[in-house]
Order: sequence, then structure tokens, then C-alpha cells
Amino acid sequence: MESNKLSRVDYIFRPETNRLDLLKRVMSKDKDDFLLELIDSGLKGRGGAGFLTGLKWKLAKEAAGDKKYVICNADEGEPGTFKDREILDRVAGKVLTGMALCGYIVGADEGYIYLRAEYRFLSPKLNKMMAGINEELKSIGLNFKLGIRYGSGAYVCGEETALIESMEGKRGEPRNKPPFPVTEGYLGKPTVVNNVETFVNTVIIAEIGYHEYKKLGTDSSRGMKLFSISGDCSKEGIFELELGMSLADFVDEFGDGDTKAVQVGGASGFCVPRKKFKETIIGFEGIPTGGSMKIFNSSRSMYNVLHNYLDFFQEESCGQCTPCRVGCQQLYKGIMAVKRRERPATYLDELVKLAETMRFASKCGLGQSVGNAFVSIVENFREEIVY
Amino acid sequence: MTQKMINLTINNIPVTVEEGTTILDAARKLNIRIPTLCYHEDLCVAGNCRVCVVEQVGMRTLQASCAVPVRENMQILTNSMKVRQARKNIIELLLSEHRADCTKCYKNGNCELQDLANEYRTGNQMYLDLVHEKSFTIDMSSPSIMKDDSKCIRCQRCVRTCAELQGVNALSVANKGHEMKISSFFEKPMHEVVCTNCGQCINRCPTGALVERNYIDEVWNAIYDPTKHVAVQTAPAVRVALGEELGFDPGERVTGKMVSALRRLGFNSVLDTDFTADLTIMEEGTELLTRLKRALVDKDTTVSLPMTTSCSPGWIKFIEHTFPEFLPNVSTCKSPQQMFGALVKTYYAQRKNINPKDIVSVSIMPCTAKKYEAQRPEMRDSGYQDVDYVLTTRELAIMIKQAGIEFLKLEEEQYDRFMGNSTGAAVIFGATGGVMEAALRTAWEIVTGTPVPFENLNITPVRGMEGIKEASVTISGCKPEWSFLEGVELRCAIAHGLANAKQLMQAVKDGKANYHFIEIMACPGGCLGGGGQPIPTSPEIRKKRAEAIYSEDEHMKLRKSHDNPEVAQIYQEFLGEPLGHKSHELLHTHYKARKRY
Repeated sequence: MESNKLSRVDYIFRPETNRLDLLKRVMSKDKDDFLLELIDSGLKGRGGAGFLTGLKWKLAKEAAGDKKYVICNADEGEPGTFKDREILDRVAGKVLTGMALCGYIVGADEGYIYLRAEYRFLSPKLNKMMAGINEELKSIGLNFKLGIRYGSGAYVCGEETALIESMEGKRGEPRNKPPFPVTEGYLGKPTVVNNVETFVNTVIIAEIGYHEYKKLGTDSSRGMKLFSISGDCSKEGIFELELGMSLADFVDEFGDGDTKAVQVGGASGFCVPRKKFKETIIGFEGIPTGGSMKIFNSSRSMYNVLHNYLDFFQEESCGQCTPCRVGCQQLYKGIMAVKRRERPATYLDELVKLAETMRFASKCGLGQSVGNAFVSIVENFREEIVY
Repeated sequence: MTQKMINLTINNIPVTVEEGTTILDAARKLNIRIPTLCYHEDLCVAGNCRVCVVEQVGMRTLQASCAVPVRENMQILTNSMKVRQARKNIIELLLSEHRADCTKCYKNGNCELQDLANEYRTGNQMYLDLVHEKSFTIDMSSPSIMKDDSKCIRCQRCVRTCAELQGVNALSVANKGHEMKISSFFEKPMHEVVCTNCGQCINRCPTGALVERNYIDEVWNAIYDPTKHVAVQTAPAVRVALGEELGFDPGERVTGKMVSALRRLGFNSVLDTDFTADLTIMEEGTELLTRLKRALVDKDTTVSLPMTTSCSPGWIKFIEHTFPEFLPNVSTCKSPQQMFGALVKTYYAQRKNINPKDIVSVSIMPCTAKKYEAQRPEMRDSGYQDVDYVLTTRELAIMIKQAGIEFLKLEEEQYDRFMGNSTGAAVIFGATGGVMEAALRTAWEIVTGTPVPFENLNITPVRGMEGIKEASVTISGCKPEWSFLEGVELRCAIAHGLANAKQLMQAVKDGKANYHFIEIMACPGGCLGGGGQPIPTSPEIRKKRAEAIYSEDEHMKLRKSHDNPEVAQIYQEFLGEPLGHKSHELLHTHYKARKRY
């Protein structure tokens, strides 16, 4: 498979140019034209699920409602990701501009950052910035007000409908879909929920134009992406890379020379063993990621890695639906039972089937993605789980 | 406006349904049953048990059929390999967190999880047992409800019942992940929280996690004790529902068979709560008229109007917690059960020449809150606990089965002649609006000397299953002593289900509603939908029970409480007059303001 070579770029953290000029430029054009450009840019949600951002905005714009909301999902909780914190710390203005842009396009007059509780230290700075921007927006006749809402530490609240429930003061439990937030979201009104990085991308597209943006990445994965790189690596931290590189190139650059596996996409992502590095593309055509890249070298026990993930999930499932609540416990306790010889190694096959059921039948993305890590680790490192 | 119609196929059979229909309902139209657990007709859709998942061709994930509306050209498979695999896994998962000691379980034989396990032949337990490694204690603190978390499958039907139908919120979800559970406020025992003991959660619990505190053995022991005289009373709504537990379809009246069965069980006297329901009308009707007189004639500003009914112990506990400022508005009348209890150990004991300490007073109720009510400290006016044991309709059915009585073939019998007489007005206490109707039949006639101006005494505006009903009658043709009521428009309201009650009382509190008399029943449909009634319950079943109640009323010779000759007799021989000294002592009570937390 042909793939892009790994290439580092620098768009996201570039200092913001003139916010008001940019907004005025967009406001001078037709909203639908901008939407078409956004759709054409190929930008997909940077939280990991990869829904076309332009389409989401279009649906929200077309949804009937006297009131609409824009929410920035800053509940960055996926194990191994820490890029949103950096964005909000360094270029929060771009995020807020993106939200205002979205508000203008879809017809919303309120926008909230849903900030994970652990990032509360960012709020004095954000609040100050928001107060200023609220005034600026008024000065150019854009009726849009920004504010912050805080999470309380549940992983599941990164799921957009659980996030909305949490914002409404309820238990953070995912809703049944449909209806989707674009038609019935926060307080029952049409709502756009996008990741922090997605909003920055929309600003970049407005700035450099969709033609320029489309030159980055591949056909299925346009643009660039921030990666949170951790684990057994030669360089760790946040790196901005074009989408569509092969994992082999990635490991050449960031691995420590002894890489056994890479967990792409955090606990809810996939574990790729060395033998599949070459054929694995980082992007929507291969393995998409919200940014978390964890590198494991040969000193790591994949049993421990899986045990750790499952322990995380059995605790962070909201507990609402059966496959996720009970399934997570069964997977977690199941691998321990196999390790302790209380169940035969073939019990793992039953658990793989269970993981499939969780993938198909769980209510939200959390339960549906537990099987990713489980199946990919059990299939590729079965001997480490059993012995 | 005509509804848009949607075409789809389910298991390759085409079907056309209205837009907005769920896949589950569309399948029902084709007589395809999709199993469910967290779904309940009375409640909002949760979509969390995932037992009802189906395959939508072209979709990666399975869809919860109870939650997903149909779309044009959908192709649904309800029994594909993927669906079966998932459904079986899910049932096995539920069983792994459920203490499946079915043979020892109170709900054995009436458990939706058990039915599913049977259907899917889950046989050997595939997954690890998650129950035994956690420690569970059964909450037996409440005299009405037992809560056993080891049987709970977290479907949240109880939570939705408590919040949506009842507006009580005594039960809610606590914690997350593997520690997620259904809990009370700060995990306090059930008797220390705002629980009204209504038992609606029990009616909707698919397993044995929530059941009534049963007193079956205690009652058997009393029956077996030769030194005891065991008197049983039966509430109006029991007779139209008991049949459901014993082989009849919903809506069958089994009064005669029930009386016969109670005798065969060995109760020494078989009496009717309906008698004290008639008495309640005399007391409560007089109380209302007295309050009206004080307000209209004496211009007494301290009189509390609107007056509300007091028959429903769930409602009483609710108002004590939620609207304590309205306690003076509640009629001081005890509920018919408690009036009966107080009279059994006084009036009845005297007349039958039995030492009241040897009387065991048992009541058969459609209700779990009555168990709590019987144990209230203020319910001992006879000098003893007025009602010793309260059994639900379900518990009575269990006793009948235990005794080997073939209920279907039983001859019909009549209640005892003493304290067994009643009127149609008492029977309709079992349906929402019934107390109002009975009270109006009597009060109107006291005031005007003529029957209520409704065809065949059927005051239809107060009937039906609407959550809050309003009615008003303008009084005319008053007798001279009631002339102050001439031309007065008597405004009434009726609510059933505590969420509706809450809404109604809030309106009164906010000054948005102005009534003289309010009837409130804690349970949806009134007592016929009570927490002690046969499981399952649904709007359809409750409608049938209501029809049976009104038909029982139509078939009674006497249909107005004040026409009950026994009522006249007890006032003459024992009580004196309504609201008289003796009545106050035995038939009236007081309430206690309680905190929300």
C-alpha cells in the first residue's frame, strides 16, 4: 500500500492572525458556500470518531430551532492523549474563533467549552479571553457568547450525548440515538459538539482556504493531526503530523528501536503488533486516532497492558447498558481467570465473541470500542495473555 | 393532519406504519415478538438492557428496537445470527450479575429474566459469577418493600417509575461502571428516605430485586392458633384483580370466589373494607360540608380548603414529605382499612363478645403502603394495633395456591352479614375518581335531598385515566339548612400517580388552581393499579380492572354510601353521629410533617 511519508507540519500552534478580519471575511460570504468549502476540505472530527465536520454543521444549520448551541468538547480523557490541554494553553483564541465561526454558520448564539475537571487551571485564562472575545464579537455584529462548563471526571462524558446530559446537570449517561445532537442536543436544541482540535482546523481552513488544506493528508484523511506520543519512545510529547503515514514510518521516527506494539487511539483504539506496522496507515483509511499513540517495547507485558485497559473500562463504563457494564467486568475478570488457570485458554475465544457482542450491541461508542483493544491484543499476543 | 406512513420490512415481511413508530411496535404489528427487559409501556424509553437489539441491514451496530424509530426502506432482521448471538450473550451477562437462586426466589415463576433464560436455554453458566464476590445486604428496613441488589439487573425501571410516574425520586442510580447500582439517597435504608411505600417499583421490577415484605407465614400462624379470632377485610380493588393471579383474564370480577376462598383458608370472619369505605364517605363528606360551612357562613379564614382525601397511604407519606404546609388540608379521616381495624377491635369485638386482644385483624389490600400505614404509631386507637397484618393481592393468591384451593371452580359466597355490607359507592373507591364520585353521590343528597343529577348516578366526568381531572357542579335545590350552598359551584380535582399529584398540588400552592375538594390516589389508575396488585401492569390491564369496578358498582343493589343500612346502624348503636366524639376517637387521625432528607 502506498502511503505518505511521515511529514511534520506546523499549523495548529501557529499564532492566530487577525481574528476579526477572518470572521468578517467569512461573514461577507454566503454561509452555504462556506459549508461547501468545509465539506470539500474533507475535515473529519478530530476526537476520533471522524464524522465530516462540514456535514455536521450543515445538519445543525438546517435543523429547526429557535435556539442553537455550540459546544467544544474539552473533556480530553482518552488514556494517552494530552493535546487538547496544550491547544487550550497555547492557542485557545483559535478554538474560540472556531466556535464563533460555527455559531455564525449554524445560527447559534451561545457556545460552551466543556472543560474536564482536571483542566480547571486553564479556566482563569480562558475566562479572561472569553470576556474579551465576547466584546470583540459584539463589535462586528456577531451575536455569540462564550462560556465554560466543567466536567466532573467521568470518561464517558467525552461521548457527546453524555457530555450534554452532564451539562444539563444530569448523570453523565449517553442518550439513545437518534435523535442526534445536531437536531436535539443541549436542552433539546440543535447542538454542534466538536473536539478542541476540530475547531482549530476550521479556522485554519478559513485562513488558508480549502484548496490549500486539501493538499495535506490523503484522500480519506485530509489535513494534519496532533499526536500525543508516549510510552517507550525516543521522543515523546505532542507532534503535528500529516495524516496518512504508515505506522512503520511513525515507529522509525518515534520508537526506541525495540518497539513491540503501538496502541493507536488510546484505550478505545487498536493495538498493532510489529509485524503489521508496514501495512497500517494512521488515518481514516487505516486506524483513526484521536491522537493517542502509545509505544510499547519488548520489556512490556501485553497482559499487563490489557489488564490495565480493562480495569479502566470496567470502572469508566457509565454502567447503564448491559453489554458494556457487565461485559467490561467479564473481560477484565476473564483474562485474570485464564491467567490463574481457573478457566482454559479457550475461554479467551468466548471472550472474543463477547467483545464482538459489545461492539455491536452497546449503546454508545465507549462500549462499542472496548472490543478494539481487547481483540487486537488477544489476537496478536495470545501467548502473553495465557502464559 | 394525516400521519406520514413509513414502509419497511421486518424479517423480509413488508409493513407500513406511522412515522415515529419504533421498530419494536412495528414488529408487534406483524406478530413478531422481540424480547424486552428495560422497556415498560408505562415508562419512557431507556434502551439500556439491549435485549431487544435487532439488525438493520447495512448498519454496523445492532439497534435497540424499543428506542429506534422506523425509517423508510429499513430492512430489519429480528432473528439473524448476529442478533441471536448478541441477545444470548446479553442474557448470559445479565445472569452473571444476578443471583439466580430461582427456586428460592419470591418472584419464581413471575420473572422476566427467568423467562428469557428459559427461552434461550442458557443452561450452563458461561461467564464468571459476579454476584458472589460482591457483598450484598437485603434492605428489609421498610415494612412494605424489600430491596435485594443481588437480584438487580440495573434496567432502571424502578428509577424511572419513582421519578416519572411518582415524582418521588426515592430510588436513583449511584456510582458508575462495575459499581453502578440502584440506590436510595446517600444509600440510606428505605425506611429513612422519601419512599412513599407505594410499591409501583415492585410492579415494574422484572426480577425479584424489589418485592413486597410478605407476611404470609405470620397470617398462617394466626389462622392455626385456636385462641385467635382472625378477621379479614378485603379492599375494593382486590376483587377485580385477584383473578389475574389465579387463571382469569384481566378485568374478571371474582368477589364471590374470593370470599369463598378466604373462608376455606380458615379466616374466622370474612368482612369487607367496603363497609368502612361507606363510613369514610359519611365522615369525609360531613367533614367537607363542615369546612365549607365554616368558610362560607362563619367566614372563618383559618379553615383549610381545598380539602384533600386521605385514603391513600402513599399519598399521605408523600404530602408529609413534599407539601407539609398542606397537611391541614388533608381530611382527618383514617383510610377505610384503618377505620375497619379500629372498629374490628372495638365495635365488632363488643358485638361478637370477643376479647379484642384475641382478635387478629388482617387486611387484603392492592397496596404495599398499607403495610406501612398499619404500623404507624397513631394507628392504635382500639388500644391494640388496629390492623395486625396487611397482605397484598399477590400474597393472598399465594396463600390460595398453597392451600390447594381450585379457585377457578370455586362456588361464590357472600361476605359475613355483619360488617360485610356495602354499596356500589364503596366499590368504586378502587378506581381513580371513585372517592370523589361516592362523596358527591352522598353529599349532594345530604344537601338537596335528591340524587345527584347524573344519569344512573354515574358521574362520568370524574372517571377515566387522565392524569389530572377537573369537574365542577353548581349546587341547586338546597334544603333550608344548607341554603348557604345554593348556587355555589363546587370545584373538584382528581389526580392519580404521585407525579400528577405533585403537579396538582404545586398549582394549588402557586395559587393557579382553586378547588374545594381534591381526590388523590398515589397509584396510576387508583388502587386498581396499586403496588400490591398482580404483575404485570399496563394501561390496558388497568383499564380492564376499572371497567370491572364500575360494572361491580352497577350490579350492586345499593349505590350510595348513606343507603348502607349497616352504616345507619353503627351510627345509631355505636358511633353516634358523623364527626361525633366516638368517631373522632376511632376514625380520625393526624399527620406528621417530614423532611425531604
